[in-house]
Amino acid sequence: MHADPKGVLTGVHFLDGDHACCEGALAAGARFAAGYPITPSTEVVERFAARIPTVGGLFVQMEDELAASIAIQGAVWGGAKAFTVTSGPGFSLMMEHIGYAAMTETPCVFVDVQRGGPSTGLPTLPAQADMMQARWGSHGDYGMIALCPNSPQECFDLTIQAFNLSEQFRTPVMVMLDECVGHMTEKVVIPPAEQIEIYPRRHTAEPPDRYQPYAPAEDLVPAMAHAGEGYRFHVTGLTHDERGYPSMNVETQDRLVRRLQAKLRPLAEGLELFAASDLGDAEVAVVSYGITSRVAKRALQLARERGVRAGEFRIISAWPFPEDRLRALAGRVKALIVPELNLGQMVYEVERAAAGQARVRGVPHAGGGVHDPEQILAAILEAVR
Amino acid sequence: MTEAIPHNPVEPFLRVDRMPHIWCPGCGIGTTVNCFTRALLESKVDLNRVAVVSGIGCTGRVAGYARLDSFHTTHGRAIPFATGLKLANPGLEVVVYSGDGDLTAIGGNHLIHAARRNIDIKVICVNNMIYAMTGGQTAPTTPATAITSTAPYGAFEPSFNLVQLAESAGASYVARWTTYHVRQLSRSMSEMFQKRGFCFIEVLSPCPTLYQRRNKLGDGLDTMKYYKEAGKIRHGAPTSEAVLTKQGEILLGKFVDRDRPDYLELMRRQLYEQLGDRYQEAEVPVCA
Amino acid sequence: MRLTEIRIAGFGGQGVILAATIIGKAAAIFQGGYATMTQSFGPEARGGSSSAQVILSDEPILYPYVHRPDVLVVMSQEAFTRFAPELKPGGLLLVEQDLVRVTGLPTGLRVYGVPATRLAEELGRKMVLNVVLVGFFGAVTGLLDPDALRRAVADSVPAGFRELNLQAFEKGFAHGLSLLATMARNGETEVSPVALEEEG
Repeated sequence: MHADPKGVLTGVHFLDGDHACCEGALAAGARFAAGYPITPSTEVVERFAARIPTVGGLFVQMEDELAASIAIQGAVWGGAKAFTVTSGPGFSLMMEHIGYAAMTETPCVFVDVQRGGPSTGLPTLPAQADMMQARWGSHGDYGMIALCPNSPQECFDLTIQAFNLSEQFRTPVMVMLDECVGHMTEKVVIPPAEQIEIYPRRHTAEPPDRYQPYAPAEDLVPAMAHAGEGYRFHVTGLTHDERGYPSMNVETQDRLVRRLQAKLRPLAEGLELFAASDLGDAEVAVVSYGITSRVAKRALQLARERGVRAGEFRIISAWPFPEDRLRALAGRVKALIVPELNLGQMVYEVERAAAGQARVRGVPHAGGGVHDPEQILAAILEAVR
Repeated sequence: MTEAIPHNPVEPFLRVDRMPHIWCPGCGIGTTVNCFTRALLESKVDLNRVAVVSGIGCTGRVAGYARLDSFHTTHGRAIPFATGLKLANPGLEVVVYSGDGDLTAIGGNHLIHAARRNIDIKVICVNNMIYAMTGGQTAPTTPATAITSTAPYGAFEPSFNLVQLAESAGASYVARWTTYHVRQLSRSMSEMFQKRGFCFIEVLSPCPTLYQRRNKLGDGLDTMKYYKEAGKIRHGAPTSEAVLTKQGEILLGKFVDRDRPDYLELMRRQLYEQLGDRYQEAEVPVCA
Repeated sequence: MRLTEIRIAGFGGQGVILAATIIGKAAAIFQGGYATMTQSFGPEARGGSSSAQVILSDEPILYPYVHRPDVLVVMSQEAFTRFAPELKPGGLLLVEQDLVRVTGLPTGLRVYGVPATRLAEELGRKMVLNVVLVGFFGAVTGLLDPDALRRAVADSVPAGFRELNLQAFEKGFAHGLSLLATMARNGETEVSPVALEEEG
């Protein structure tokens, strides 16, 4: 289906990443947001609070991030599309409810505008150090989808995609901005509503007496019902059977938890998002994401100017991780360079995927700024020497 | 074949396929559920429009037994979940059914803020003065000198007076009963369905397995006797006087019943005033 | 347009961010080029100072920050002291000449002054000094199509203030053109800081 034109601000705009992310959510059909103020993410909900009353929906400022991250899930079960927005310390507080959304298969979107950490860290300055937290932050086993935009335009596009994926797979989806992308202003083109594809909610077609809330469809994703429709269903964060009833045994646990991961397999096995350029003749590739991918691209230009055959592999979906693509790439190049605004997170995933076929070298940065392209260039030159 | 006769008039309200429940003999939570089903019946609310939201703990299991749309959420977060559910779908009658530890310790911040906002949700707080599910630890409601597993020499922290807390935070309706006072409790619950705004009913309930046993207070029946003797009904009494002590007098009744505009009314009023015709009242969101 | 890095800095409340937004918008939306604007946040943006960076280019912009600006626009002495040393050799320094005393500059920089606050006050609204500066920037740098800048001004301010801001733009633009003309007559390629002080 197409986007509801009420939420789509069609036109050419000059927006920062945070505001573009808000427009993406509105275009995707989000009509409910709950949030708690935290730099550098607050602009997303500030814009939502200003826009939503004339679109039809509401924003509620909750008392903390624990409340915001569960209020959105109440709204989803009430029938809305909903999201919340935060940064480092707030993201830490939201972890339990990311697990709850995964376990109860509540489609919703979490936007994390990454800043320097740990703890209060650098509220106004960028980092990319929540990448593993996004994947593993809540306890237990579950699948994860996390997208990394590198421009305000992508903040718009990928937020829509995040909502679509969350509906398709009935899973929480993370949009992993960084402060730099969130606060960077560029041209953002918002297309007409009829050009925006929306994945509709997977509402059950069964009548209430035949509905099993957690009976998976062929693609392992169960269909939803909303409160108030007469289904009288039960939702719990406890391990549950197809009826949604708690069932504390090894068999149910195994069936449920394996399905929560397996349902994302189609995404992991080919649909994952990445961008590649200049890899044809490359003997070294730079693997990066978010704002760092732009700095890396500048470094790659400098490398090519010096005659180095270097190419770009940009991770757009960090989770699922594009493991197979990187494994294949590792078989063709001498080295993979992984700059990121942390002291080593995704580099270990790259190393795992490369499986010893190519050298993998991180270019760590503790955050608070972005790399100097020269730093990445030095790593490229070193790799081909 | 003759039509199956329900064994119990409350059966239509329960997920019979989930019985037996997990509650201990002598526990009062089942009694409160009984009162709740009666209240649902008497107040003639459309059961398809009622949602029950629980947190974690023994009372947190109520959601799982109510044959309604029901959400067993995370520890302490039933109220913010209910807030999202209610605001996104205002046609629902949203009931939060949970325990004292869940609602007033880990979830205490949400309780006072939902009351302040006057979100139109109905909170039933079963107070057994202890963390029961986890084995009898001290709660914010545990009275001084009571023995718990984490206060083996007796609790000494001052405890919360929940009805006073709810009133001062802004609740529209505040009452307290015990599981002995089933008719009054049922009536209060019915009354709550007629109110708009944040409603809070505290129900004192025995935990014979942990609180009563550890404090040598006998069994469930002994507790009923205590509730009967110590319970003093004084409607409209100042909540500041409704302090609970170990085996002391229990002030009961409807303490607060006032009309305050609820969150959605205030929001709509403000937005309409500022935006006029540009304001789009949120439709009940139904995703295609 | 080759990649051009611009920094605009001044006091909070002078409209630094809006000035940067207008320039970025003119390039990215009304002239079909690319622009990336970033601004200083937090402690850096508190305490009265404000700073924004704009990069303009014909090609997609990769690295988003400005370290050695080609053009520096300053509206306060503090901003001058802090950012003037960063200017690229041969770079352009545009100053609010009543608020900034230009001293100790390395040679080779081209310095242009405009009494933006005074010109804004002549329009009855001191707050449009930032748009006066944008007009001045447009005339002096010649980086952007003046019409693209005009459209960006109109697009970036509330409807009720559109006319006023367009007038402010024209005032700054005219001042820039006349300054360039005077300099050309005198055979100058730059205004000496001393001359600026005297004028002030």
